[in-house]
Amino acid sequence: MADNKKCGLGHEFTKGILMENPTFRLVLGTCPTLAVSTSVASAIGMGIAATIVLTCSNIAISALRKVIPDKVRIPAFIVIIASFVTVVQLLVKAFVPALDAALGVYLPLIVVNCIILGRAEAFASKNSVAASALDGLGMGIGFLTALTCMSTVREVLGSGTFLSGIKDLLAVFGDVQFNGFTIPFINSHPMTIFVLAPGGFFVFGIMIALANYVAEKNGKSKAELKGCGSCPMAATCRVKEEVGVS
Amino acid sequence: MTMTKELFAVLLTAILTNNFVLCKFLGICPFLGVSKKFDTALGMSIAVIFVMVLATAVCYPINAFILVPNGIEYLQTIVFILVIAALVQFVETVLKKYLPDLYKALGIYLPLITTNCAVLGVVLLNIDNNYNFAASIVNSLGGGIGFMIAMIMFSGVREKMENCDIPKGLQGLPITLIAAALTSCSFLGFTGVVDNIFKL
Repeated sequence: MADNKKCGLGHEFTKGILMENPTFRLVLGTCPTLAVSTSVASAIGMGIAATIVLTCSNIAISALRKVIPDKVRIPAFIVIIASFVTVVQLLVKAFVPALDAALGVYLPLIVVNCIILGRAEAFASKNSVAASALDGLGMGIGFLTALTCMSTVREVLGSGTFLSGIKDLLAVFGDVQFNGFTIPFINSHPMTIFVLAPGGFFVFGIMIALANYVAEKNGKSKAELKGCGSCPMAATCRVKEEVGVS
Repeated sequence: MTMTKELFAVLLTAILTNNFVLCKFLGICPFLGVSKKFDTALGMSIAVIFVMVLATAVCYPINAFILVPNGIEYLQTIVFILVIAALVQFVETVLKKYLPDLYKALGIYLPLITTNCAVLGVVLLNIDNNYNFAASIVNSLGGGIGFMIAMIMFSGVREKMENCDIPKGLQGLPITLIAAALTSCSFLGFTGVVDNIFKL
């Protein structure tokens, strides 16, 4: 990933959105993807919160990359990430309480979202501040896009609405009346399974299959759970050598 | 008597109706990553149960006696993740030194667990739910056992799937996720069971 430097800063930004999309291509951050994609509004909220944390932590880690000793880098990264998560958590609680209620425990759990630690380890700790900021922003937007795709399918089929509850999210910008669309027919006969847990796994599986199809057409390899390959703990963990994964 | 009943309800809820992996989507990475073989799935799950209970046992007093009295609950996320990271490192070192056999079996999974959202998740959920110490420990134990059941069930499903003829487009990760969806369906059957047993 880091050897793409010659393609310029623009590439650092765009790669996260499509070809190296963290969710569909690198299969990182699966837990929040499955958990908050039941409604588009909370998925967008989660995506924005994660993008802010990812960009800020990438900048901070990249700026400190020469100061942090190699041996304690993972704990140091975790503390930096946790600080930004706390900042975002307090801001969300203060300004968008409805989002805090919708995301619940998944908001503080951004700390252990492997996209963020993964980018810190794979990119920000090796590259300049500007490149890391763009990488973080691009990856964050890629995550946001993936969450929006997943949640659109799940919300439309599962509850027959689209953008329902967006009013609470837009309340930051003043009193907004718009509160999403109702899909006729499906709304009165929703396929509830899509907003339940099995629907999450199912839609995610189909999405990855689609992403693989598109990637193969463009001559790229399939998204595989590399188990350890993209996991931020890969360097310190020996599961792969000793027992094999995925 | 009511206390025991309550704890038992918490335990069954954590294992069956609110299964951490299949209903709450916590700890999906190991669920998909290390579930290919039964032995690996079992080792990972035992390590998770161990760390979850230990993390709760350490984080609960820290929250109750240090963070809450000083009004600094907003530091929970930072403190807990640091405590969990330090704890995992500590357990690894102790096991390596004093119980090398156990270390051989579980040690390799321990570093993975630091960033497992099930561990931080259970600590935060215990506080969100206002559980007391006993209920917190039981909830963590239940969460861990639930994780183990899900892992073992899923490793069985995946071993069967090895010999299946899967359409080309779905091979690999997509079919694994669809299998996870079906496994998760089976847990939907438990909805309401605990509430009805204990007449909550």
